[in-house]
Amino acid sequence: MIRQINRVTAVIIFLLLSLIVNVSYIQVFQAHDLRKQAGNQRVILTEYSRERGPILLGSKAVAQSTPTSDSLKYLREYAAGPTYAAISGFYSLVYGATGIEREENDVLAGNDSRFFVDRMQQLLAGRKPKGGAIRLTIDPDAQAAAVKALNGRTGAVVAIDPKTGAILALASSPSFDPNLLSSHNAADIQKNYESLNTDPNQPLLNRPLAMTLPPGSTFKLVTAAAALESGKYTAASVLPGPAELALPGTDKKLGNWTGKSCGANGKVSLKEALAISCNTAFASLGLELGASAIYDQAKKFGFESSFDVPMTAATSHFPVDPNESQTAMSAIGQFDVRATALQMAMVSAGIANEGIVMRPYLVSQILGPDLSVLQNTTPLAFGRAMSSENANVLRDMMVNVVSAGTGTNARISGIVVGGKTGTAENTPGESAHAWFVGFAPAEGASIAIAVVLEHGGGATEVSGNALAAPIAAAVMKALLKQ
Amino acid sequence: MSETLDRYRVSTRRSAELALLIGSWLIGIFAWILVDASTGKSSLGGWTTLISSGVLLLVVHAVVRWQAPYADPILLPCVAALNLLGLAMIHRLDAASAQRAAANGTPQPTPDVYAQLTWMLIGLIAFIIVLSIVSDHRRLQRLTFISGFVGIILLFLPLLPGLGSTVNGARLWINVLGFTFQPGELAKVALTIFFAGFLVGRRHSLALVSTKIYGIGVPRIKDVGPLLVVWFTALLVLILERDLGTSLLLFGLFTVMLYVATGRRSWVVIGAILLIIGGALAYHAFGHVHTRFDVWLHPFADANGEGFQIVQSLYGLANGGIFGTGWGQGYPQLVPFAKTDFITSALGEELGLMGLIAIFLLFAIVVERGARAAVATRDAFGNLLAIGLTTVLGLQTFIVVGGVTRLVPLTGLTTPFLSYGGSSLVANYVIIALLIRISNAARAPELSNLDIALRSDLESS
Repeated sequence: MIRQINRVTAVIIFLLLSLIVNVSYIQVFQAHDLRKQAGNQRVILTEYSRERGPILLGSKAVAQSTPTSDSLKYLREYAAGPTYAAISGFYSLVYGATGIEREENDVLAGNDSRFFVDRMQQLLAGRKPKGGAIRLTIDPDAQAAAVKALNGRTGAVVAIDPKTGAILALASSPSFDPNLLSSHNAADIQKNYESLNTDPNQPLLNRPLAMTLPPGSTFKLVTAAAALESGKYTAASVLPGPAELALPGTDKKLGNWTGKSCGANGKVSLKEALAISCNTAFASLGLELGASAIYDQAKKFGFESSFDVPMTAATSHFPVDPNESQTAMSAIGQFDVRATALQMAMVSAGIANEGIVMRPYLVSQILGPDLSVLQNTTPLAFGRAMSSENANVLRDMMVNVVSAGTGTNARISGIVVGGKTGTAENTPGESAHAWFVGFAPAEGASIAIAVVLEHGGGATEVSGNALAAPIAAAVMKALLKQ
Repeated sequence: MSETLDRYRVSTRRSAELALLIGSWLIGIFAWILVDASTGKSSLGGWTTLISSGVLLLVVHAVVRWQAPYADPILLPCVAALNLLGLAMIHRLDAASAQRAAANGTPQPTPDVYAQLTWMLIGLIAFIIVLSIVSDHRRLQRLTFISGFVGIILLFLPLLPGLGSTVNGARLWINVLGFTFQPGELAKVALTIFFAGFLVGRRHSLALVSTKIYGIGVPRIKDVGPLLVVWFTALLVLILERDLGTSLLLFGLFTVMLYVATGRRSWVVIGAILLIIGGALAYHAFGHVHTRFDVWLHPFADANGEGFQIVQSLYGLANGGIFGTGWGQGYPQLVPFAKTDFITSALGEELGLMGLIAIFLLFAIVVERGARAAVATRDAFGNLLAIGLTTVLGLQTFIVVGGVTRLVPLTGLTTPFLSYGGSSLVANYVIIALLIRISNAARAPELSNLDIALRSDLESS
């Protein structure tokens, strides 16, 4: 009987040890996956019980957590309301987080592995753990100017530093107040979210990053770059610029927005064609270059690539294997060319930065809970889009657009500004998108910008200059402290 | 003279028990203070609880010293530590309920911890009574058939109309004078006594093989008849009550005791086959068994429905990680039945893997000390009774903890000494009282103190 008792005891002890092995597996190896499971309330509750780090502009907080007296110990507050919503995103009990709140959650919530030492110290000192902070690249004056200039119209503004890729302004309009979604009242949050989500103007949409639109005539910059890079064209090269161009393989004809031919006797230089935004000249240039040359050039500016700023921006596209008429239309930014405002700002920035395109980014520094700097963002080049000589030629052509062409409303006194207007037709009967992309100052540009107003109004090339260029001028002025 | 005398005197080790008991009590106090500190409340009631539990344990220690001086000194401190940790966790969950009520503006709920403290008092009184009345465990052998009868009656009670009540689909409780009681918990003690008594007299005839079926020796029907009657009656009642946990526990207990008594491995094989057949039948016949099994395999398939309990339990364990959130820092209140069946996940969340390992090791020590008493006692009835009672504690812990940690399918049972619930606490203190009684018999010198005194007189003269 003793032998049997010993065996039974061994089996029971084995069963108890298997419990230890099992909970070790759950609490050590499975724990990470279980914490990430959708519907695991504890993660949110734990995050709310800790002071979430602020999102900073300089030393001013765009988003910060303030202590409350209810069971969720901290309330997330956005002091500037809708102004930075496209950047910060929201931090909601019900709908999770978006924007920087989502992408940099590990830092803000204090879960990042870089905080291990801090957390140990906090633990030993008996203090409540606190999240780290994120410092943005945004210039508050430029952001305020962009929001003010957009004035609630449907559109987007992106300004970046051409030398680094740092995003200086990122505005989406109409915007929303993240405070509406970050309260502690689930019923209110749901009600507010429903009304924002069903709003036909889509205030929750991050237009500068997520919305791809036909770039219209601003895409002529890419076609011009492809022409210069081909080595067969200079700024002075003469192009045919008839009043109408028969589109090969169709019975349709492409006309100029003026209805007239470009230049004397329907002949126009590349420089002049860009200045007056001559459709027929660029369409025939596109046919000469071929779709693949333009596609390759677009790719070098960042089309077909994904950028995490850290929010993942939508990928901009140039159509694959278009036929001749489609190539002609694509060369002037119509047909199936689609670009985000961020992408068009990158085109302008690449030209202004002597041909080198930088990767765009929003986070300049990651800070610890005590606001000591843990990491400075190092600017990264995406690649060279053009030779510096060709880039400078195109840059001067863009200066000419503002000084003597279609982009006169982007002028700033005392500063040499370059730019390109665009009016992208889309669905017939609807008003076109008004675009402006540009940079300032021309020598050693410190800002590149893209502005788009969806269905801005008017169907002519005038609207880019009339509607979008003044917004760009306002933001650039704010940045250059004019 | 003293030198000679010491040679015969067996150390009682009662001082070790006292020191360990004080240690257990300090663990309980420390846990309670941490709960109060983190929930921001310090209740006067808390201090009376802690002091009264300490006094109770001292009284019990005094009774052991007096009634069973050679008893195992480790058993009582281990279960006291578990009991006090359970009290602290129930107190912590009370604080969560109070916070929730305050947030919702509903009336404050009555704290459960005082009811549990009362049950601890009743459990310890039951411990003292059993230890004092059962001065020799061999006397229990006379109660063999009465125990079997009482065990079956206790199991039947919840089925009686007007007396039984159904909670969460299982009919396990009886209502007497406003108290609810789970008679199944005491039934397991009674049935263990019955099986030990029954088997000890017939183990030799049971081991006799009259016929062989497929190479497995099968004993004569007249030897196993009464056994099978009680066994199947018990299982039938439990199936009617939808109590999977107790069915599994009693089935495992019977198999183990048959094996120990007869020394025949065929009982383990037969038990395993019956378990598989019974499990398969139950899976097809009963919707709730089917559901439990499916939830075990795919808990996240219906994370907000059938799988809710186990998924929340796993989230709690994951939130605790290796070191736990600390007392009062986690969210154990999100797990349903956190005070009863799921108290292990509550402890796992706030004390972490380290805390759970410590708790499981306490259970393992209890099992090891119980088995040591089973091996060391000099009579066959004592051997069987002690290993039976030890098996009940170990197996019950495995079934319920394995269930809430998704090692085995979830079947409802209380975690011994930790869970909120009076019947369970009382029954388990009775088990510890019997184990202490048997360990006392095992360790006591065969000669009485008088013999030693007389012999030393002889030697010195």
